[in-house]
This record gives sequence, structure tokens and C-alpha cells, in this order.
Amino acid sequence: MQVLDKVLSEHPFFKGFKDSTLELLGECARPVQFAAGKTIFREGEPADSFYLLTHGLVTLDIHLPGKGPVTIQTLQEGEVLGWAWLFPPAKWHFDACALQLTRAIRFDGRCLMGKLEQNPELGFELMKRFSQVIVERLQAARLQLLDLYGSGTRT
Amino acid sequence: MLPRPYRVIRITRHTHDTFTLEMEPADGNPAPYFQPGQFNMLYLFGVGEVPISISGDPGHTRAYVHTIRAVGTVTEALCNLKIGAQVGLRGPFGSSWPVKEAEGSDIVIAAGGIGLAPLRPALYHVLAHRERYGKVVLLYGTRTPQDLLYRKELEKWRGLFHTQVEVTVDHAARDWFGRVGVVTKLIPGARFDPFHTKAFVCGPEVMMRFTVMELMGRGVETENIFISMERNMKCAVGFCGHCQYGPTFICKDGPVYPYSQIQHLFKTREL
Amino acid sequence: MVDTKTLVEKGSKTQEKKTPGAVGLLERGAFDQLFQVLQAQGYTIVGPTVREGVILYDELESPDELPIGWTDEQEAGTYRMQKREDEALFGYTVGPHSWKRFLFPPKHRLFRATRGKDGFDIEEDKYDGPNYAFLGVRACELQAMAIQDNVFLGGDHVDPHYRSRRESALIIAVNCGKAGQTCFCSSMGSGPKAGTGFDLALTELISKDGHAFLLEVGSKKGNKIFKKLPIEKAGKKEQKAADAVVAEAEAQMGRQLDTEGLKDLLYRNYQNPHWEEVAEKCLSCANCTMVCPTCFCSTVEEMTDLSGDHAERWRRWDSCFTMDFTYIHGGSVRQSTRARYRQWMTHKLATWFDQFGTSGCVGCGRCITWCPVGIDLTEEARALRASDQGELQTGMQAEA
Repeated sequence: MQVLDKVLSEHPFFKGFKDSTLELLGECARPVQFAAGKTIFREGEPADSFYLLTHGLVTLDIHLPGKGPVTIQTLQEGEVLGWAWLFPPAKWHFDACALQLTRAIRFDGRCLMGKLEQNPELGFELMKRFSQVIVERLQAARLQLLDLYGSGTRT
Repeated sequence: MLPRPYRVIRITRHTHDTFTLEMEPADGNPAPYFQPGQFNMLYLFGVGEVPISISGDPGHTRAYVHTIRAVGTVTEALCNLKIGAQVGLRGPFGSSWPVKEAEGSDIVIAAGGIGLAPLRPALYHVLAHRERYGKVVLLYGTRTPQDLLYRKELEKWRGLFHTQVEVTVDHAARDWFGRVGVVTKLIPGARFDPFHTKAFVCGPEVMMRFTVMELMGRGVETENIFISMERNMKCAVGFCGHCQYGPTFICKDGPVYPYSQIQHLFKTREL
Repeated sequence: MVDTKTLVEKGSKTQEKKTPGAVGLLERGAFDQLFQVLQAQGYTIVGPTVREGVILYDELESPDELPIGWTDEQEAGTYRMQKREDEALFGYTVGPHSWKRFLFPPKHRLFRATRGKDGFDIEEDKYDGPNYAFLGVRACELQAMAIQDNVFLGGDHVDPHYRSRRESALIIAVNCGKAGQTCFCSSMGSGPKAGTGFDLALTELISKDGHAFLLEVGSKKGNKIFKKLPIEKAGKKEQKAADAVVAEAEAQMGRQLDTEGLKDLLYRNYQNPHWEEVAEKCLSCANCTMVCPTCFCSTVEEMTDLSGDHAERWRRWDSCFTMDFTYIHGGSVRQSTRARYRQWMTHKLATWFDQFGTSGCVGCGRCITWCPVGIDLTEEARALRASDQGELQTGMQAEA
């Protein structure tokens, strides 16, 4: 378990958390690995977990009929994959796929939720961090929406 | 003030609307020396004249290299040129990336779309004098993998042990094995020392705005961030008035500015 | 005239010192001889004349074509010609024309290109027009010339088209005896008395005793003309009368502009909501830029003949009030009238200092008179000052 705590403490998402908190959170966590090309989760499936990425590259894809998967965004080491587990109906919005060999710490949503219900302070802190992630994703999506490098921009 | 005749000696097609022309003076003399970041005015007989940044190696002065996107009458006509065609050229004009002053610093080059073209001479210079610089990072974002400029060179630079190259695209199909997302997302993972860094940024204004914010967030001071501005330009010598940007003329005082000099203008809309 | 170097040096310091030179009196009856002497020396005279209900500048053959006995009444958005009670030759203020139309014509060719066997040859246009004698140049217009000299001759690049026209021109200034309702040259330090930058300067003296001109020499070139004229000695009385003429103009000045701290005021008010109010009136018609004697913006046009073997590049006046002015692949930077008016006014009164070391405004009042909706630069400056909050207003306050 100590190795896991160390990995958690080094991940930017848990920066500044006390050892005791990490230990508590660690009770819901286990390391996982995905081979290149392996699907991590699929759109519409129940979202019951999230991942701290420690190695590799993950694509978030949406499947367009007739076109196949289109990548909306990639996530990598140091980032968080998945926030759909936090809110009803708790279903994944995209496909997540390991583009390369990918390692992560998987957190069990139900286990974690149970701990957060009992520890609102920690719950609030974690919510703030997830909000930050969601805001960053939203900003990035907005910029992508602008199609900055389309034909109307600099020569 | 008059265009000098140049001859097109090489044409490279990059994407459906982007191409590179290499041209040398028709009289056989070497092309005038230029600084990374400067631009030339290219004149096409009977069609018109446009400002185009120089994207070649400043160490090679025999010819000028221009990467051009066909978006208007003149650039579209340039796109249809054949080898041997004659082009009028005035230049070089404008300010440059401070590659000399940046010696001893880490270098972050952040490019969006065709903004990589005016930055390439700076990268050439830095790589040619690699020992004079600290860490070197190239961050490049573009629309799709098909829009990547200088793909072979990117792969070559990426293979260098002493240079970090990160590329991202806004949209991709599954045949792309790189990152997807906006270029600003590359900054947190870039390896440089914010206190000893010169950052050169070029791309659409919105991209530069967010990139500058992200760099400042990492602690890079505004006087160490340089951006390249673009406006309508007719004469390149300060007479036509078109390229005024606040109290400056982009043709003379720019296109490259320290962000600290123009940040108050950069935040003003419709300037 | 003067060589370009001294032109440029003088650019920003008109009015600083009075050129020492001969002074004399030319009777109205002998005024024809000024025309004869100028013509004999090969000059084409350009001066004020009445055309289509206004006084504008055109080539003149004789003094009879001058606006004898005419004056103008001007207000914001208004210009009316009126008869004077006397037969003054220069009894008006200024019309819609300025001398820039001769030094920097509204449309002129820059070069011609001819297609050859494997490429093209370019031949630059050299000015081969007449040597102009500009007659009736007002003090504010001398200042305007000095300002344009700075633009076209004062930097690293010299505009050959402007230079050749400028160098061959002879400048005969006329001191103002009347200021218009839209004039504010005294606020801008450019008039009403001609200080430097002329070859000859006249002050028109009309009294019950007679009609004459006090002549002042400003250069060697001017002196050559002066010496050929039937000049009488001017005494203290005539000098005093000439001073009184200028003093009267000074007293009539219809507008004022408070220039104290004006540059900084404009720099910190890019986001002042007042620009919105001006924009509601402004038609973006570009009149103000066309009549302004210092506005220098231009665009170029490429022309080809039907054979496709001959191409020409022409330069013509452009205006920052047009949408095309800031067009870059896909759109214009200054989309709103608010942004375009702000650009124009801020350029005139603020950024010009940083670009060329002087104000870009000489206080001639043309932009006020010829604005179809009567927008008044001095009023707008006053309104900005009244709503100034004393600190930088920018669009995006929040930044990391």
C-alpha cells in the first residue's frame, strides 16, 4: 500500500493532500494497466470510477456513424480521466481508449462516495479539484470550437 | 521601394492550401541577410503584393524560403506558380525574435497553425547554436494531423535528445497517434525554467492570448514573452498607415514585440 | 526650396524662431507682377479660387481667378460662401482642399511593369509635373506640410514621389486675417501667423488708405522672387497693421482644444463608453480623413491592360474609416464605427506623438466643417476629458 500512497502523493491531482487523507483515499484505489488499443470504458456504460493517469496516452472518442471514432481530446500522465461518476445518471459520455500502453490508478466510485459522505470536508476539497478539471476541459473545448486555425486565420 | 526580381527555384506542397516557395534573386546575387521573424513583400506581376514572413534558415542566404497559405487573390496566384516563375520581392522588413539576447536562456517556441512558419528560422538558429541555449521546447498546435506543417522536420526535431517537441491537434481520427487538444494544454508539461526562459509565440491572436496567459501562469515574465502580430499592410515602410497598432507600426516596430510592450494594446479589442 | 534634410529637422519645430529676412510692401496694383515673376521663373501657380460654391485650390493663370471679395462662414457640418464688404484676395479661412493633394496626390502611379521573355521589368514613376508655386498657404497648412514631411521624409525610408514634388514646390504663405468658427490653430500652436517653412509670406492689409501686402522673405528661393518685385519700403506703421491683422484672427478663433495631457488622456480611454456615443452619430463616411491636411493613409491598386503584358501600381488615398482598411484574411479588425473613430482621433491627438514626435492635428477645423453630421473633434476631446476616470481602461481587465 505504501507504493500506492507514494504514487498518489506525487500525482498533481492530489497535490497538497495529507498522508492520512491519501491513505483513506487509497483504500478505494488500485493500479491498473491497459495495453495499446484497449478500451477503458465506453459511452453509455455506467460510470463507476475515475483514473489518475501515471503513464501513457488516452483518447476520448465519440463515434460518428459512417466515420468511425473521432478523437475529441487526449489525456496523459498527470491528468484525471473521468468525472461522469460524480453526477447522475453516472454514464460515460465518451469512449476512452489507451492509445499507448497506459498505466493508471483506478478509484472505485462507490467506495469513494461512501468515504466522502462521511467526510464532507474532504468531499468539498475533492469536488473543488474535479470542478477545476471540468472547467479546464470546458475552456479547452470552447477554444477547439473556435476552430482557431481555420481558413480565417493568419497566413 | 521597388520589388526586385526573384526566381522560384523550389516548390513544396504541405497541405491543400499551404505551400512553400524558395526563391533566389534573378540576377544571381545572394539574397540580403535576414533575422528570424522578419518578413518580405512578395509581388506578383499584375496581381498585387502581400507581406509574407520568412520561414527559411537564416544561416543560408542564397535564397528566401516562404511558407504561404492561399487565402486571398495574391496568395492564391502564388500558389499556382511554377518553378522558374518570376516574383518581385522587397525586404526583409520588421523586427525579429531576439535569438541573440536569448542566449543562456531556455527557449520555448509555441506555434499555432501556420504560425510555425515565422518561428522556424528561430528554431533553425537555436538548433544551429544549440550549445548557447538551455532547454529547448517546441510546442505546436494545429487543426488536424493533415494540417501539420513541416511534418518530416517535426519528426526529425522530435528525435533530437536535447529538444522537447510536443504536437497537438484540435481534431483527429483514430489514425493519429498523438495528442488531441488545444495548444495551451501543452504548456504544463513543457520542461523549462520559467525564471530563465524566453518564449516566442506565433499564431492566431486568440491562441497567442491564451498561450501568453498560460506562460505567465507558469511564471514567465511578460518581458520574456515575444509575440508576432499581424495586420493589413500595404507598403511595409510606414507610409500607408494600415498596420498601425496603437502607437506602433507593425511593419517597422513589429511584427515581433515583447509582450510587455504591447500588453495594454493586446487587451484592447478592435485595435 | 529647402533640401529634405532641413525639411525634416524643421518638421516638429515650426514657429520656434522667425526666419530673418527682408520685409517690404507690395501694392495691390502691383500684385499681378507676382504672378508674372513666378510664371517667368517657370512656376505653375496653384492658389485659391471659387469653384462649385467653395474656395478650393487649383492652377491659376492670373490674380483675377482668386476669390476676390469672397469669404466663408463655417460651422460644424456647415460651409457657406459670402460676399465681403471689401475686395480682399485672401479674405477667407480654408476650404475643403489642402496642399497635400499636390504633394501627395489622391491617386498617382508608383511604377509600371512590363512582361518580358522570362519575367518582368519594373520602371519607377519619376515626377515630371510642373514646379508648383503654392499661393495662399495658411500657417496651419505649413504645419501640416511639416508633419507630412516627417511621415514621408523623416524615417528610415524616404518616399521619392513625395520628395520630388515637395522639393520643387515654392511656398507662399498668407497670414490669416480672419479665423473661422471651426478654427483652433492657436490651441495647436500652428497659427494664425506663419512662422517657418515658407519661401515668402504675405499679410493682406486693407484700410481706407489702400490695399497692399506686407511681404516677408523666408528663404533664398523666396528672396529671388522678392527682388524682382516692385517692393516698397515697409515702415513701422505697416508692421503694426500686419500684427493687428493676425491679432484679429487670433481673437476670432471659433474653437479651442485643451491639449494639456491629451495624449495620456486618450491612451487611458480606449474603453471609454463615450466612443459609443460618437459612433451613433458617425457615418464612417471618411470625409474627415479626406479633408485633413495631415492624414496620409493610402492603399495600392494593381492595374493591367487587356494584353496582360503591362501592369501598373497606383497609390490612392485611403481612410481608416473604411472596413477594408483593416481587412486580414477573413475579416476586418476594426468592425465597429466606435473602433474606427477611436482609431482616427487617437491617432491624430495621441499616437502621432509617439510615431512622429508631434501632434497629428494642426487645428484647421476642416474635419469639423466637412463632417456631414457635424461631429466636432474638440467637443469629443472635451467629452472624453469630462468622463475620464484617470486610470487605464482596457477591455480585459482580468489577466493572470
